Amino acid sequence: MSGSQPSRAIARDREKQTVQPPVLDLEDIQHFLMSRPPARAARYEFLTFRSATGGRFWLNGLIDKVGTAKAVGSGAGDSRWITIGFTWNGLRALGVAEESLATFPEEFRQGMAGRAEITGTTGVNHPDHWVGGLASPDLHAIAILFARDVTERERCREEHERHVAKCEGVELLSHLDLEALPPFDYAHEHFGYRDRLSQPVIEGTGAEPTPGSGPPIKAGEFFLGYPDEEGPAGGLPQPEILSRNASYVAYLRMQEHVSRFRDFLQAHGETPEQQEWIAAKLMGRWRSGAPLALAPDEDDPNLGADSQRNNDFAYADMDPYGYACPLGSHIRRMNPRDTAVNVNRRKMIRRGGTYGPPLPDDAPDDGIERGIAAFIGCASLVRQFEFTMNVWANDRNFHELGNERDPIFGNQDGTLDMTIPKRPIRMKIGGLPAFTTIRGGAYFLLPGIRALRHLASLGDSH
Amino acid sequence: MATPTPARLKEKENDWTRPAAMSIPKEGYFTLEKGRYGPVFPKTPACHGFSVVAKVKPGKEQVIRDYGKTIEEAVKNDPFVLAPLKLHYLRWILFDVGSGLHFMYQGIFDTDFDKYLEDAVALFIKTGITTVFTNLEGWPEDWKTNLPAVIRFFRDHQCPSFLEYGEYPYVSADEVKEALKLKAAFADMLDLMQ
Repeated sequence: MSGSQPSRAIARDREKQTVQPPVLDLEDIQHFLMSRPPARAARYEFLTFRSATGGRFWLNGLIDKVGTAKAVGSGAGDSRWITIGFTWNGLRALGVAEESLATFPEEFRQGMAGRAEITGTTGVNHPDHWVGGLASPDLHAIAILFARDVTERERCREEHERHVAKCEGVELLSHLDLEALPPFDYAHEHFGYRDRLSQPVIEGTGAEPTPGSGPPIKAGEFFLGYPDEEGPAGGLPQPEILSRNASYVAYLRMQEHVSRFRDFLQAHGETPEQQEWIAAKLMGRWRSGAPLALAPDEDDPNLGADSQRNNDFAYADMDPYGYACPLGSHIRRMNPRDTAVNVNRRKMIRRGGTYGPPLPDDAPDDGIERGIAAFIGCASLVRQFEFTMNVWANDRNFHELGNERDPIFGNQDGTLDMTIPKRPIRMKIGGLPAFTTIRGGAYFLLPGIRALRHLASLGDSH
Repeated sequence: MATPTPARLKEKENDWTRPAAMSIPKEGYFTLEKGRYGPVFPKTPACHGFSVVAKVKPGKEQVIRDYGKTIEEAVKNDPFVLAPLKLHYLRWILFDVGSGLHFMYQGIFDTDFDKYLEDAVALFIKTGITTVFTNLEGWPEDWKTNLPAVIRFFRDHQCPSFLEYGEYPYVSADEVKEALKLKAAFADMLDLMQ
């Protein structure tokens, strides 16, 4: 192939291979997407600022408590980890100038509630039904607290309550308490699936990806101001001090309908083994975490628990027709691996946990809300988070399936199918129920520490 | 002679045995459905499509024409180089109806214009198709680092169809290829039965 452009592309590829990754500013980046502290409890507090001065006073009093990537990474003795984020309306409420606000991307300016059609949060998932004031333009900030245990979380809650009381015009819109589900020896959610099995590794952190996870991803895919998978980053929101080392996070509060899920398994599987098989086909992994691509016929809990093996698979050659891992299963949608292009530009970092008490096996529905409240971190909400929701989770024709969405958290309205490839004839489940409901969501900017100081020092004249 | 229509197919929506035409409102869609970068254009009997028209910068006609050969060579070297675009057909046209030379990039494909736009742009960069666009008026100067501006260029220069027709409507390229593979497999099977 001739022409100047391809040769530039080749040169850039060579450059990528030889150039050292940029040094991450670990003293400025909030720890949230960089490390996962050993927390078993969490609390999210959603705030509104009736006064810019009060909001800045609130922020000023918290900055020193915000965990940096460096502090948390060093394993220092603290047992609480605080993160602060702002909505676009929150930046305005703090006094950020209009010309600066206009430089933020459209999706962030509109907020998650304004992008409902795009993310597939329609019907019962629509922002009209959200709880906690999350769809309101009054949602300005979030304080995310992860704590080693419930006792430490309660101590921090009281401390924060006292601080908020001193900040004029700062009000708590709502909160959510989270606790890990027992048994604590492995992370899992209310349906019983092992969680946190596939997370990207950020280049420059020194972490080694587990086998099958692909190479480390450029820091610019997660933090603003660093080169991303396509080269130097451009279009930073201004002033640069506000955006450098920041990340965007999409927050989702997703209720899990455990009884409905269990009833579905029982309706489609006569024996416990068959029910486990259905559960595995929906997810693409057995509930133990063992991937169907490697354990197609029966569960292998040792494989599920082995991080050196449980992510080491692909689809194009191993399972092109989905006989092991259905084409429409959750993990094949959320991470199509070698069956999609530019997957490194869709990687995201997930944080969060479970809320609500576990529903004991065989217990009837107790009417208590339980689920997952997660943050999805990235550098571009429209290219990473919204693409995943719009295309991989909710495109009915993903992989030419025709009438399907993600069986676990796609927008299900009872009219869609789930196809399980099987010899000699596929199994098709019609009228898939919704196992989850989105109860709230928001887009936040997690600024760097210098940006937090900049925000706290803004004058009312801005 | 027309192939008889199986009864099962007659009742189905998007019946490929019945040629279909669709007239489309001026906006390019019937009801506004928001995509990530703008309105979503509907699937028609001629699948999804894309007709980008832009004025050529003075003196750049030959550069653009030469790129036709480049793409021909690229596909010869790697027949699947354009696979991510899920194309049926691609047509590049240069024309002048008195208002200066214009370039039209017309594609018929199976993916929603809005959904995979970033993948298309990445492929344009990889294959050098962007070289054609850099010779068009309105192409953003900072296209290398400003994906939203590139996407805006395509959105702004897209001319929606007002009529589309399909002799075998709504059929994807993959379905066509599967049908032909199946036909070949049956032919092989019949050969082996001799």
